[in-house]
Amino acid sequence: MTQPAHMLSQLDALEAEGIHIVREVVAQMERPALLFSGGKDSICLLHLAIKAFAPAAVPMPVVHIDTGQNFPEVLEYRDRIVEKYGLNLVVGSVQDAIDAGTVREEPNGSRNRIQTPVLLDTIEKNRFDACMGGARRDEEKARAKERVFSFRDDFGQWDPRNQRPELWNLYNGKVHPGESIRVFPLSNWTELDIWDYIRSRDIEVPSIYYAHDREVFLRDGMWMAANEFAVPGDGDEVVTKKVRYRTVGDATLTAAVESEADTIDKIIEETAATRLTERGATRGDDRVSEAAMEDRKKEGYF
Amino acid sequence: MDLLRFATAGSVDDGKSTLIGRLLFDSKTIFEDQLEAVELASKSRGNEYTDLSLLTDGLRAEREQGITIDVAYRYFATPRRKFIIADTPGHQQYTRNMVTGASTADLAIILVDARKGMTEQSRRHATIASLLRVPHVVLAVNKMDLVDWSEERFNEIYEEFSLFSSKLDIPDLTAIPLSALEGDNVVERSENMPWYGGSSLLYHLEHVHIASDKNLQDVRFPVQFVIRPQQSNARDYRGFAGQVASGILKVGDEVLALPSGLTTKVAAIDGPSGPLDEAFPAMSVTVRLEDEIDISRGDIICRVGNHPEPTQDVEAMVCWMDQDALTVGRKLGIFHTSRMARAMVKDIPYELNVNTLHRDSEINQLNLNSIGRVKLRVTTPLLVDDYDHNRTTGSFILIDEATNRTVGAGVIRDS
Repeated sequence: MTQPAHMLSQLDALEAEGIHIVREVVAQMERPALLFSGGKDSICLLHLAIKAFAPAAVPMPVVHIDTGQNFPEVLEYRDRIVEKYGLNLVVGSVQDAIDAGTVREEPNGSRNRIQTPVLLDTIEKNRFDACMGGARRDEEKARAKERVFSFRDDFGQWDPRNQRPELWNLYNGKVHPGESIRVFPLSNWTELDIWDYIRSRDIEVPSIYYAHDREVFLRDGMWMAANEFAVPGDGDEVVTKKVRYRTVGDATLTAAVESEADTIDKIIEETAATRLTERGATRGDDRVSEAAMEDRKKEGYF
Repeated sequence: MDLLRFATAGSVDDGKSTLIGRLLFDSKTIFEDQLEAVELASKSRGNEYTDLSLLTDGLRAEREQGITIDVAYRYFATPRRKFIIADTPGHQQYTRNMVTGASTADLAIILVDARKGMTEQSRRHATIASLLRVPHVVLAVNKMDLVDWSEERFNEIYEEFSLFSSKLDIPDLTAIPLSALEGDNVVERSENMPWYGGSSLLYHLEHVHIASDKNLQDVRFPVQFVIRPQQSNARDYRGFAGQVASGILKVGDEVLALPSGLTTKVAAIDGPSGPLDEAFPAMSVTVRLEDEIDISRGDIICRVGNHPEPTQDVEAMVCWMDQDALTVGRKLGIFHTSRMARAMVKDIPYELNVNTLHRDSEINQLNLNSIGRVKLRVTTPLLVDDYDHNRTTGSFILIDEATNRTVGAGVIRDS
């Protein structure tokens, strides 16, 4: 379908909106940072930031909260991208925090929840007053209500009942010392938009997003990779399947989906046809309760 | 494929959630795990039916109280268009949420229950859509199944609405009789209402002409940020980054920078994927100029002979969004395009009753969720246009200087 004259296609409109937001962050805030996990959403966000300030360098550090339980393909990717774009990488290490005794691992070995204090600590130490993330409103119902500029008090907490109204494209980034803003420039993107963007702008993503053979076992009906982080139990049968990842999180709780999609076109075809949300299909962390995400966000989660 | 943003306002009683649920469901946007979660939640609450409002009511407090308290954003796409729904609660105490949802909407759906006809609530929704200059309005007369699909009843409501909206400014009004519950005229044309010759709601959403809604005449480019690379390979680069608010800016154009008043020519326009010949709304670009003139954040680049008026006296319709009332003499932060300044309230000539359009000049303050005329004196000149001509240079927000909260939203009126 051809685009009428002087009308932006929806992908161009989302890109323009995202670049506007990223620029507002840098213009309004004193010490902004960009949260970069090596996942597809933060990759798109990073590309918006690169485009927003070109030919100048990205004028803020990229922050990775490293659970110590990452897929090696993702870490390798992260380091290569940091090198390629001359980025300033700040790592908040969950392992260091465990070693120092400031946080404790949950009994099931998950480090999802203890990322939050490490994130808050990293924000405080670096005195960041704004952290941009790649979260999208279509991911989860609490996120559907969150502002683009989302205010956090000096404990890093989100108060969903007391959010700043957000009108037109006027984003209010005013904070007192100690308070901060989480910013979500991809708020209006869907999972399909992310893949469409990656295809149309020819963006490289970590290999684990493409279908590949992997040793996996079933846990709670989801395919988990068998590795040092997710160790199969006694009764678990380890099999080799062709799988890919729809989200990239902690290796202890991010599951793979069976897939033949080994090219970007096939991924888009598969994404358009899927009947499960990406978090519902692959994230153990959102399955705890109806309001699992809202509760974690109130504590200061991404 | 293009993008349509639309706002819905109404309460559960009007069948708003059912309508949205059906649009999402019939466009295959509701995922199985979401539906399962909603079914499970409905059952655990002892509901006899699957409550689709649980899909949009995302916060714990909302689900507990069975109400929508905030704007929820929903997304769906058909092969023709992608849609962003700003779903807002309909009651008076949520006027600010409705204003928020309408501020970016290309279209507003006003839901009316066919049995009840026009209510105070539908009048309020129409007034807000008009104030916020939403270009297209759909009057969705719902629950037609409960009035025996009566053409007469539909016409009655349409006439009643038209009579009220004639006092407003609604450029494009379309009325559609439907039944969200039964699906009539939502996605497919209804067989129960052969007398209706128009299109279904989804067909209308897919085809409504939005290409000419944008102001392509008056060039307004508010500067967000100045790009000056510190690397050796681009040391001479000096670009003005921003999002085109209106008009078409072309390379070679003679332009005027405000407030400095200096003129120069556009040397180059850099877009996200490389150099461009022209930029139009709402592109985010970087503009380079032929002469080195002093421009910083908050300034506006426009055409010589067509520019916004610099003024320290701003008159606007303000929607007040805070518990503490707005009073004459109060000082506030004002954020307009990319300029932050301070403002003092000089006068509040009247409050608009959004249900009756009556102007009450016997007031001396604006309370939470009320809308009124406000005169402001601003510390530095703002570069403003009438909101009816320009939704970007005609709008602003007010910020409490102590709490930093966004407490008001204003649409600027020339006269």
